[in-house]
Amino acid sequence: MDSFRVLVVDDEEDFLETLVNRLKKRNLDAVGVKSGEEAVEEIREKRYDVVILDIKMPGGMDGIETLREIKRIQPLVEVLLLTGHASVETSIEGMKLGAFDYLMKPIKLEELLVKLGQAFEKKDTHDQKIRGAKIKELMRFPGRVFKQIKEEDKE
Amino acid sequence: MKGAMYRSLQRRIILVTLLVSYAPLFILGFSIYYQFYNTCRDLTEQQLRYRAQAQAAVVDLFLKEHSAILSAMADTNRFDFMVEDRNLSRILEVMNNRAGGFVDLGVINSDGLQRTYIGPYELEGLNYYDEPWFAETMARGLHVSDVFLGFRRSPHFIIAVRRQEGNRTWILRSTVDSEVFGSLVRAAQVGRTGDAYIVNRDGTFQTSPRFGGKILDPFFLPTNLFGGSTTVLERKTDGHTRLYAGTWLKNNKWLLVVNQGTEEEMSRLFATRDLEIIIICGGMLVILLATVFITRALVGRLQQNDQKVSELNAQLIQSDKLAALGKMAAGVAHEINNPLAVIQQKTGWMEDLLEEEELKQSENIEEFKNSLQKIEEHVDRARKVVHGMLGYARKMEPHLEDVDVNGTLKQTTELLANYARINNIDIQTDFGADLPIIAADQAQLQQVFFNLITNAIDAIGQNGEIRIISEKVQDQIRVHVQDNGPGMTEEQQRRVFDPFYTTKTTGKGTGLGLWISYSIIEKMGGTIAVHSRQGEGARFTVQMPIVIPEKK
Repeated sequence: MDSFRVLVVDDEEDFLETLVNRLKKRNLDAVGVKSGEEAVEEIREKRYDVVILDIKMPGGMDGIETLREIKRIQPLVEVLLLTGHASVETSIEGMKLGAFDYLMKPIKLEELLVKLGQAFEKKDTHDQKIRGAKIKELMRFPGRVFKQIKEEDKE
Repeated sequence: MKGAMYRSLQRRIILVTLLVSYAPLFILGFSIYYQFYNTCRDLTEQQLRYRAQAQAAVVDLFLKEHSAILSAMADTNRFDFMVEDRNLSRILEVMNNRAGGFVDLGVINSDGLQRTYIGPYELEGLNYYDEPWFAETMARGLHVSDVFLGFRRSPHFIIAVRRQEGNRTWILRSTVDSEVFGSLVRAAQVGRTGDAYIVNRDGTFQTSPRFGGKILDPFFLPTNLFGGSTTVLERKTDGHTRLYAGTWLKNNKWLLVVNQGTEEEMSRLFATRDLEIIIICGGMLVILLATVFITRALVGRLQQNDQKVSELNAQLIQSDKLAALGKMAAGVAHEINNPLAVIQQKTGWMEDLLEEEELKQSENIEEFKNSLQKIEEHVDRARKVVHGMLGYARKMEPHLEDVDVNGTLKQTTELLANYARINNIDIQTDFGADLPIIAADQAQLQQVFFNLITNAIDAIGQNGEIRIISEKVQDQIRVHVQDNGPGMTEEQQRRVFDPFYTTKTTGKGTGLGLWISYSIIEKMGGTIAVHSRQGEGARFTVQMPIVIPEKK
């Protein structure tokens, strides 16, 4: 199976760049973008397993809007929220919108990796369930099996 | 200081009230007394004046009558007849039958020789030519003398009349019984202190006064003080005030003086005055007691209210301060956390890079690693402070559950038992048995107790005792955490709940524990108060309202 894909969204360039580098060094397929708009574009074009999203981004789309948009495009992607302040309401709102968890800045990489691991696990289970369900469904219609598989492979 | 303010207020209220209520009382008392005194005094004066006038009239009448009888005897009898002892004795008898009071009777010729004398003394043959009254009688025809000693060497006065019988002039003379005359005058004496006497123009007593002298002694008042009609004077002697009413007799040389001590006549006034003074004093005492009592109660109530208000104010100020700081904390946290996050990531990245082969060969690799480690540690320390501060904001939303306060206290105490034991601190607990289960956030409550007990241990340092008491007081649960540490100054007590206020060494305490505890308890609708005196330890008291959990 191919490596997990992580999208990091943060307006703080120094933070973003370093975190992406460190994740890459740990053999994760990490991509960093500086704004909500870029993140949405990225999500539209590519498949991601987990998005690490800063809630507070001045100018443009903020964390919550971005989250909403991401979940609309790829409902199965797991989102880890990052927050620099303890806005409980925002974090809770994020959780309601389907975020996996939230972390307070500054984060220790070890903690982040643990959360990432949990998120991947969930995503993986989810994916397998869906895949399984799809296979079961497809089994009921043998005539369409190959066609469907081909289409899925194309995606 | 505050106490002095209330005491001074109390003093002022009492003073003003007393002034306002006593002043009319005094004015009323004095004016009533003054009016009464004047009336009484006028009445006494009036009575004395009438008595003097009436008695003067009686004395005048007495003198006129006696003079008239003597004149009648002289006018109706011839000299030759009068010089006969038998006849003169008969005439004296007739005169005394008519009027009484004649002591003796003598006939004196124009040379002043007493030809015949009837009476108790041996005066026959004496010559009165050089006596003042003789010349006076010869000149005026009738003479009433002042009291004098005369040949008999005893005080008396005489009445003498002149008779012109052809070429012969002679004088009929009689002595008036000074006892009879004196008692006539004394009839005007009234009461225990009343006195009446006659004084001549030179101020010599003509009758014996009851007090202060005897006949022929000088009278202490100058007689010219008494005017034409009856004059009343007031004089003070030996501490007693007396009123003197003087009326000149018709002969214009004798002054009848009636006097009386004012105390006696005005004793009713003084009795009234004494009663008035007693009533006023009683009234003053009642007013004083009532004023002091009411003022004390009032000021006491005022002080209580003020204290409540100031306590409330202190709480309001504290919670305002906390709210403002909470908001600020959230903003500051974001601004600090982002740079911290960058530092942390950069440090981590450097550590990652140090793992690469060529760098691993560097001789300072351990130094680098060590420094990066330190940076991470301190970033972590800063992170903890900011998170603690934010914990305040996050902990604002309590999660309600059924909480056994004693159980929570017990748990917390057990958690800290080891820490206390290491420092040789004994923890005593006294939990009230009647504490109900309340609806609260157990984790938050535990944090509060944890903070308080930890602070108590840290305050003591080594060797000491902590008492933890829980009790139900009306509709509140109170938890006291008392230590026998060094205690706190007033300044420390005032600031103890402020964020970042700590007395612990740098790095050991963030100064957020009590701040967060305060906020937690405040959210529950309770309070935390501190009572301490330097050198006597400190007592933190948590008051929580009893909130009964809803039945599920």
